[in-house]
Amino acid sequence: MRLLLADGSSIAGASFGADAEARGEVVFNTGLTGYVETLTDPSYRGQILVMTYPLQGNYGVPPGPYESDRIQVAGLVVTRHSARPSHHAAERTLGEWLRAEGVPAIEGVDTRTLTRRLREHGTMPGCLVAPGREASFEAAAARVPAIDMSRVCDLVTPREVVRYDGQGSARVLLIDTGAKESIVRSLQRRVGAVVRAPYDAPWETLLGEVDGVMLSNGPGDPADLQSLSDRLRAVLARQIPTFGICLGHQLLARAVGAKTYKLKYGHRSQNQPVMDVDTQRAYVTSQNHGYAVDDASLPSDWAPWFVNLNDRSNEGIRHRHLPLRSVQFHPEAAAGPHDTAFLFDDLARMIHEHRTTRRHEDRRAT
Amino acid sequence: MPRRDDLRKVLLIGAGPIVIGQACEFDYSGTQGAKALRQEGYEVVLVNSNPATIMTDPGLAHRTYVEPLDVRTLEAILERERPDAVLPTLGGQTALNLAMALHERGVLERLGVEMLGARPDSIKKAEDRALFKAAMEKIGLACPRAGVAHSLEEAWEVVKTTGFPAILRPSFTLGGTGGGIAQTEGEFAAKVEWALSQSPTREVLIEESVLGWKEYELEVMRDRKDNFIVVCSIENLDPMGVHTGDSITVAPSMTLTDREYQRLRDAARAVMTEIGVETGGANVQFSVSPHDGTVYVIEMNPRVSRSSALASKATGYPIAKIAAKLAVGYTLDELQNDITQTSAAFEPVIDYVVVKWPRFAFEKFPGADPVLGTQMKSVGEVMSIGRTFCEALQKAARSLETGKDGLSSLLGKVDYRLLAEPKKARDLGMEPAEPEPQKTLPPPSPAELEGALAKVIGVPTAERLFYVADAMRSGFSRERVHDITMIDPWFLAHIERIVLAEADIAAGKTGPADLRRYKRLGFSDRQIAALGGGCEDDVRALRKQHGVVPVYARVDTCAAEFVAHTPYLYSAYETESESGASASTKRKVVILGGGPNRIGQGIEFDYCCVHAVQALREAGFETIMVNCNPETVSTDYDTADKLYFEPLTLEDVLAICEEEKPEGVIVQFGGQTPLKLAVPLEKRGVKLLGTTADAIDRAEDRGRFDDLLQKLGLRRPASGIAQSPEEAFAIADRIGYPVLVRPSYVLGGRAMMIAYSREELAEYVHVAVEAARDAGTKTILVDEFLKDAIEVDVDCVADGRRAVIGGVMQHIEEAGVHSGDSTSVLPPYSLSPEIVMSIEEQTRMLALELGVVGLMNVQFAVKGGDVYILEVNPRASRTVPFVSKATGRPLAKIAARVMAGATLDELGAFDAMVPRHVAVKESVFPFTKFPGVDTILGPEMRSTGEVMGIASTFARAFGKSMAASGLDIRVPEPGARPRVFVSVKDEDKPVACIIARRLYALGFEILATRGTALALERARIPVETVNKVREGAPHIVDAIRGGKVSMVVNTTIGAREVKDSYSLRRQTLLMNIPYFTTIPAGLAVCDALEAVRGDAAVRVRSLQEWAGEPAS
Repeated sequence: MRLLLADGSSIAGASFGADAEARGEVVFNTGLTGYVETLTDPSYRGQILVMTYPLQGNYGVPPGPYESDRIQVAGLVVTRHSARPSHHAAERTLGEWLRAEGVPAIEGVDTRTLTRRLREHGTMPGCLVAPGREASFEAAAARVPAIDMSRVCDLVTPREVVRYDGQGSARVLLIDTGAKESIVRSLQRRVGAVVRAPYDAPWETLLGEVDGVMLSNGPGDPADLQSLSDRLRAVLARQIPTFGICLGHQLLARAVGAKTYKLKYGHRSQNQPVMDVDTQRAYVTSQNHGYAVDDASLPSDWAPWFVNLNDRSNEGIRHRHLPLRSVQFHPEAAAGPHDTAFLFDDLARMIHEHRTTRRHEDRRAT
Repeated sequence: MPRRDDLRKVLLIGAGPIVIGQACEFDYSGTQGAKALRQEGYEVVLVNSNPATIMTDPGLAHRTYVEPLDVRTLEAILERERPDAVLPTLGGQTALNLAMALHERGVLERLGVEMLGARPDSIKKAEDRALFKAAMEKIGLACPRAGVAHSLEEAWEVVKTTGFPAILRPSFTLGGTGGGIAQTEGEFAAKVEWALSQSPTREVLIEESVLGWKEYELEVMRDRKDNFIVVCSIENLDPMGVHTGDSITVAPSMTLTDREYQRLRDAARAVMTEIGVETGGANVQFSVSPHDGTVYVIEMNPRVSRSSALASKATGYPIAKIAAKLAVGYTLDELQNDITQTSAAFEPVIDYVVVKWPRFAFEKFPGADPVLGTQMKSVGEVMSIGRTFCEALQKAARSLETGKDGLSSLLGKVDYRLLAEPKKARDLGMEPAEPEPQKTLPPPSPAELEGALAKVIGVPTAERLFYVADAMRSGFSRERVHDITMIDPWFLAHIERIVLAEADIAAGKTGPADLRRYKRLGFSDRQIAALGGGCEDDVRALRKQHGVVPVYARVDTCAAEFVAHTPYLYSAYETESESGASASTKRKVVILGGGPNRIGQGIEFDYCCVHAVQALREAGFETIMVNCNPETVSTDYDTADKLYFEPLTLEDVLAICEEEKPEGVIVQFGGQTPLKLAVPLEKRGVKLLGTTADAIDRAEDRGRFDDLLQKLGLRRPASGIAQSPEEAFAIADRIGYPVLVRPSYVLGGRAMMIAYSREELAEYVHVAVEAARDAGTKTILVDEFLKDAIEVDVDCVADGRRAVIGGVMQHIEEAGVHSGDSTSVLPPYSLSPEIVMSIEEQTRMLALELGVVGLMNVQFAVKGGDVYILEVNPRASRTVPFVSKATGRPLAKIAARVMAGATLDELGAFDAMVPRHVAVKESVFPFTKFPGVDTILGPEMRSTGEVMGIASTFARAFGKSMAASGLDIRVPEPGARPRVFVSVKDEDKPVACIIARRLYALGFEILATRGTALALERARIPVETVNKVREGAPHIVDAIRGGKVSMVVNTTIGAREVKDSYSLRRQTLLMNIPYFTTIPAGLAVCDALEAVRGDAAVRVRSLQEWAGEPAS
């Protein structure tokens, strides 16, 4: 099997996944554990994922639940696949899982050198092709189909509204552009019931029955979802507690008029340091994004909330007065550290306070 | 929160001498800490008794005290320096315990000194087993069932609830000293007593066994804002039951899912918060059930530890440096990661696998229990980096320098039946170990071999993993090996891959793709040659022909996410090299390090390597360090311009030379490890700097050495070279007994012994033959042994034209005790100026005749006005750091410059004035870790570390060195009259009378065995007689056990006497009673005590003051 890149590189390796081919943006992730969660993260839809940690599949694949019901990546690139995993909960090997899901994967690749190339050139398109096929990316790209990334969210959003019970008293609308299951689980555990709606469904009609809104993560460029950003103004207008994660953060920023831009090679790892600019506390976060919000373009009633300590890019925004906020990283973790899980509690508190004041105001009004 | 401005002066406490469980990792952390504090503008005062450390280099701190690490001394330093704060978390358990003692005695409070890094109550909570367990329960984390006992009775109560096997963990000891596993009720009482005796608080935790569970460690940092990061996760290959310092460990964790890992991470965070480690590094150990993932917290260290050093080297994240900055007020977000110039508040990620493999020295301690348990026994370790586990594992195996080229087979080399024989349980026995004669049996049948392997892999020992691989070679399935060893199947699957590849190599599959596959599995050229035929050079040639050569990847903390600004490199069989070798235009010098610490080769050589790097860096060279020891300062990415973390084998070093094309390579500073590579490297066209390989050979080859001495007209003891036991007897008969017997080309006096008779020679000669064979030779050297001679060590530096004496050291013990174990005094305290001049002159002649360029060490024996040459080593010696500290002259730096082409004249190096102060170097031994081992000193080196006492007189310096080595010798309080036991061999009786008289006058009562008592009575010295052990109870050992003896002077001769007095020595060791086995040492003690009589004030003075410089 061969990995062909748009810069002309051609890298040989052995297939350990499905007997299939793939085309997509080639990105790298530096996590040491968590391939199961990462591969099922809908934000990776359509991308060929390079793992920098050389040993993948060590603990096999447990029965689930995962971050979605399928492997989302278009293809997987590793240095070495552990064909003999060891774990009490393992049901099958990583290779077996990839084969069952029809996802191609290549091992024997010098992923460090490849990562350095991606770091220098930025992410670029690539193809995974069977041996003996095309030798250049251009030739392969003409044959191997890729998904239309401008409409990638259509592939990962649910088909219909789904309702979940939760442990809190609140009810949250999750506008789903490819939400990780862990967001749903975190909301259930820490906030309350969840009404999960496809992003392109008429979810405006549901706003009346919920106490808060969660904008999920998802794949692709937020600019391609401008119509959704426009619709989000309806949420903002209601001033009900709203929280965005990752793509949801970018969409919210765009909804209030801020700009987003493409990062050279994105943040895909579990070790990104961010700082709360108010409390000056630092947190280690899990991230997976190729686009970022431009701080400077925020309107005056919005403020940067978190900043990335490595490259100073924006990691979160909050409204100066209203319970509206969003973060670029993943407080639901999976894979990654749980350090910012408290943000779900904050959301629950925000909702609670909001309900209390609203009741108060309602009483006053009557 | 930025740097604290309310602090001005900080005292940093070091870890003292190298002992098992506390090695040069604390020099690494202390050095980083001192540098960091200085960088921040604080005045740094440093105290450490160990002169062989970089941290005690006078340039590093403003004031450097090489003084005993005890409360009285520390108090004196605090009084004198009045620092605002003390930082005890970088100096291991020693520094932490000391700071706690200062706190508990109110010294810190009285002097207004703040404790940085950890608060006393946090330390107590973390270290006190009961408090810790309660704290864990409070935050909902489980610990193994356990209870604390302060007596045997309490222990029996506790074990009723915890069951057998029972894990014993004494409180407040380092490296688990005194700990163990009691498998049955039968062993319980003795092991509990031992554990209680080793705990300073007579406290032992008795714990439920989780033997066989998986073991993990998380290295974490926390700052005062509660920012928290995990620097590294470490998984032990050996399951629970083996001390983590003795386990083969792997980073990052290999077999945890993200969910499990995050659970450990959350737990570690909760532990840090609950214990309250506010600023700095710590580690938390967990065990995880392989069956259902149940997690137990085992323990936490509220300080920088050995694993922190490993984690720093494994990831590139400088824990100690960051910890020091956190301690003075910074928070993680305010600090930068040097390597990537991004934030330090992140968690490092790696894109390689790190393996740490401990190095043991059981061959030095016959009779020691070789089974690994909860008490640490290893003396050093290696670390290796590979892109896969197999690659890293095999690199580590060959880094160990235990004669393996990788995970090599021992089949046919060891007899597994003998290894499987049950060992006599002598863990706590008071009987000395008998050397067991080597049995030779006919080759084993397959069934015998299988049975033996099944047994040996079930017991954790130093070489178990080699046995595991052999079991797989012999057809054991992974499942079966797992059932016996409980090693995770993931590791076993990889070992199996190595074993399977061997079959391919043996089948002659050596195409380019095959070779690349083998190299990626970590096979060395020597392994491939041994399996596939040919020699190492053939394999290398074939590889190169196929283009199968290593590239060098960077350790960058971020898996290539950011540009790495530091060239910290490891080899990989991948596609692109990041060494940046061709970019440099500077003159390059490669310095080879010393590899793993072991007895005979330790921190002293790393000190020399670091000095060489520093001197050459200052002189404008690009310095390239190669080493595989993660504990050291030399493997700090900050030390040299470039660091290659690689095994020190011919293959690995040659590959680096080919990559870097240096002007030359320095092999002189790292001890025997690089020296062994001198000739092979030179043969393959690598230029060595300094003294030629031929000159080294001339000094080491006995025949050529004799010619040299003859030419110069210098004397040496009569000697001969034997190639067989028979020849050894013939030589001994010719030159007369006693004789000194040793194998050629062996460092640290391995298998060296003195035979007083033909019978004794017969008993030992096979050991020498074996040791010689291990070193790849048959040659045994037999020398006349100069009884009662004074031994002298000289270090000098020469440039080929001129030689400068660095220092002349007189040993207190007579010749026959290994120079590395003896007590050295600089300048000589009882030699005439004429003798010293003659010694210096002979040293110069030798240096010039050999054409030494760099360092040389010569050992002399002085007997009756005659000077004999014992040994010449044209390289850095173990005493170089001591000499440098004692004289204030950095010998190794001068030597490095000379080797790179400067002359002594250019450097302005001339013979130094004899210092007006006296420095005494005392050795420190690991005997408490090895019950069953005799503590008597001999020609085989067994010390792990050293301390230095420095004072204006010999007597005071000697007293300090004693105190620094942990022996409490004190002038009796008026009216107390403690007892000294004196028992000496006949020829020592006259001098023993003098010693006894002086001790009596100092206020001691004298206790003696019959013969000695008689002599003392005749000399009219009041004495009480006591039975020897073989004369029956109540005897001297009973008296010692009963706490009735506070010091022992005992000299013996002959095998029987030595054996008889064994239990005496063990008992004094157990009770930590000062014990002197030579007459000169006994006299020195009298000197030391008389010097402080009536003047017990502790006097301390910094090295900067001794050197007469104003403090920098």
